Amino acid sequence: MNETVLSRVRAFIEENFLFREDVSGLADTDSLLENGIMDSTGILELVAFLESEFDIQMSDAEIVPENLDSIAAIAAYLERKHAVGIAA
Amino acid sequence: MCGIAGYFGSPDMRAPADALLRGMLAALRHRGPDGEGTCRGDGYGFAHTRLSIIDVAAGAQPMANDDETVWITFNGEIFNYVELRRELIAKGVRFRTHSDTEVIIRLYETMGPDCVARLNGDFAFAIWDARLRQMMLARDRMGVRPLFYVRHGAATYFASEAKALFTVPGLQAELDPIALDQIFTFWFPLAPGTIFKGVAELPPAHMLLARDGNVTVRPYWRLEFPDADEVEDSRDEAAIAEEVRALLFDATRIRLRSDVPVGAYLSGGLDSSLVAAMAGRIAHERLRTFSVRFDDPEFDETAFQQEMADALGTDHSAVLCRPSDIGTIFPDVLRHAERPILRTAPAPLEMLSKLVHDEGFKVVLTGEGADEVFGGYDIFKEAKLRRFCARDQQSARRPLLFKRLYPYLPKLQAQSGAYLKAFFATDLGAVDDPLFSHLPRFRSTAGAKLFFSADLKRELQGYDALDDLRSSLPADFTRWHPLSQAQYLETAHLLPGYILSSQGDRMAMANAVEGRFPFLDHRVVEMAAKIPPRLKLHGLTEKHILREAARDLVPPAMAKRPKQPYRAPDSASFTGAQAPAYVARLLSGAAIAASGLFDKVPVEKLAEKASAGRARGFRDNAALTGILSTELWREAFVPAAVTMDSELARQKVA
Repeated sequence: MNETVLSRVRAFIEENFLFREDVSGLADTDSLLENGIMDSTGILELVAFLESEFDIQMSDAEIVPENLDSIAAIAAYLERKHAVGIAA
Repeated sequence: MCGIAGYFGSPDMRAPADALLRGMLAALRHRGPDGEGTCRGDGYGFAHTRLSIIDVAAGAQPMANDDETVWITFNGEIFNYVELRRELIAKGVRFRTHSDTEVIIRLYETMGPDCVARLNGDFAFAIWDARLRQMMLARDRMGVRPLFYVRHGAATYFASEAKALFTVPGLQAELDPIALDQIFTFWFPLAPGTIFKGVAELPPAHMLLARDGNVTVRPYWRLEFPDADEVEDSRDEAAIAEEVRALLFDATRIRLRSDVPVGAYLSGGLDSSLVAAMAGRIAHERLRTFSVRFDDPEFDETAFQQEMADALGTDHSAVLCRPSDIGTIFPDVLRHAERPILRTAPAPLEMLSKLVHDEGFKVVLTGEGADEVFGGYDIFKEAKLRRFCARDQQSARRPLLFKRLYPYLPKLQAQSGAYLKAFFATDLGAVDDPLFSHLPRFRSTAGAKLFFSADLKRELQGYDALDDLRSSLPADFTRWHPLSQAQYLETAHLLPGYILSSQGDRMAMANAVEGRFPFLDHRVVEMAAKIPPRLKLHGLTEKHILREAARDLVPPAMAKRPKQPYRAPDSASFTGAQAPAYVARLLSGAAIAASGLFDKVPVEKLAEKASAGRARGFRDNAALTGILSTELWREAFVPAAVTMDSELARQKVA
């Protein structure tokens, strides 16, 4: 699961923000903001993708860099969200 | 207002000198359709294409002194020519004409090159002094009028627009990768560099002197601010507001000097409203005003424009700008701007100057410059807030203030405080960086460099545009108040490098229209620089002192209205059912690969994303506009690009 989520998130970032398959560049833990990959408007694009692709609702409180500022952070957030979803 | 061109030194005489000058003029004719002239002698040649505004009958150029030892070719206006003329006459100087051109010659005869410091105006001129065999080039303090030059063989050629330089036999346009990197970081190339390799611009407030093969370029004026600990003013606010008002009235008054009627732009904001209001009071006649409207409410200010036109009782006209209009005229905009641009905002202004021209006007007053000089831009508030957040990094509430900065950006309103903090304050550690105020903007703009090709990146060899800008700042910059520092970056760099050029002179002169800017009178600029920062940016209220000064001149609602920045639709202009044909042609994988500046696959993906209407972010819009404009620029100016493209077209047909 983790691998799949991670690769789907990476594919989305690559397609829509890097515009290329990133063979060596961006590490899973690199900050998307600090590396100039995402700007403040891009975050909304990301949120829209996550909501439709993973069938979740993100609250404002969840739209924070801790959840969204790297590929690994996004995957971990989705994992947690998913776990909560199942538990509920 | 006009176009000038010429050379000094010994030009390569493959073409007769007069044909050379006429060739340069032909490229500038749009700037001055009312007449033209050339003159030449041993060591120099001048050309001039004229838009007649002052002393229409006798003001032809190039013009000489009585014994024809001093010649001038001059583009622009000297607004204080009346006072200077009177002063010279009192000293016994005789005049043949009533033109401002002759005032420069007579003043030069009296004072030499230092005469430039006496001029209050927007100008670019060349003076040949046959007695000294000396060439002088000079440009106005704020960079309103352009002047480019290039050395080629044993001569130096100069012109109002670079396109005139490339009519010189043997001179060809070539892209300077460093300048492209700067444009994809700042929106402008760092003067004196230009996007044309080897071509320099004479920086604002500078003069060039050439004699016996020695060329010196030096500033004759500098934008200066007081040290941060000396910004206070013992006078009360009302007294300062009164001084601002009186000086603005005078700056507007001398900018109404013209032998042809003067109109005004109305953007819907405070600055142009104030200028139009002052002009109306001074001229005592019904003012003609012009504005641009957008069909997208996100950009449109029609209601405010109409409200102001009604309040002032002006005779108002507007032109509607749709995204498809921008797409259609964009190649033409590039031919005039002569440099890649990362926003489409110049395009509607070309439509506006066309409206002015079609209505029979040659001169307009505008509110340009007020945001730089009186602290109106959002970036000043943003920087102040970022410093405020930096003082208490733990505060969760402080970052929420960023939402108040950008009420007109719906996408930003939806962001959480944590993200606003992360986005706006990522550079918190850099409060001592001289570029602190502009780092978020530069960073998000530079995101567009993601599309640079590997070859281009290799050629740039890790070049850092920010370091280049840092090292060009004045020595005392770091002692200035943070607002002064941010104002300097806007006024000394973005204003001449983008606002007054790509959005200003080039778009107005595309239709032979001259803009005049009361806020950029150097007396206003000097006075405003000394006003305490707290009176410019008062809390988070921008241009506070100007609002006070404007109080009874514009309707109260207008005086209180927050600034709405001037913007135009970007990617929407190049996509959808009415997308111009050149977009697919220039962004195709084959064309991008052939031009070699950008990376093929990412550009294709970006084009797809834009076509699907998903390119909504700052970076994507800047990149799409920047890539398209760079390719259009190449097609317009670089001969090889045209050849390569015709080759592709030929293959397609075959």
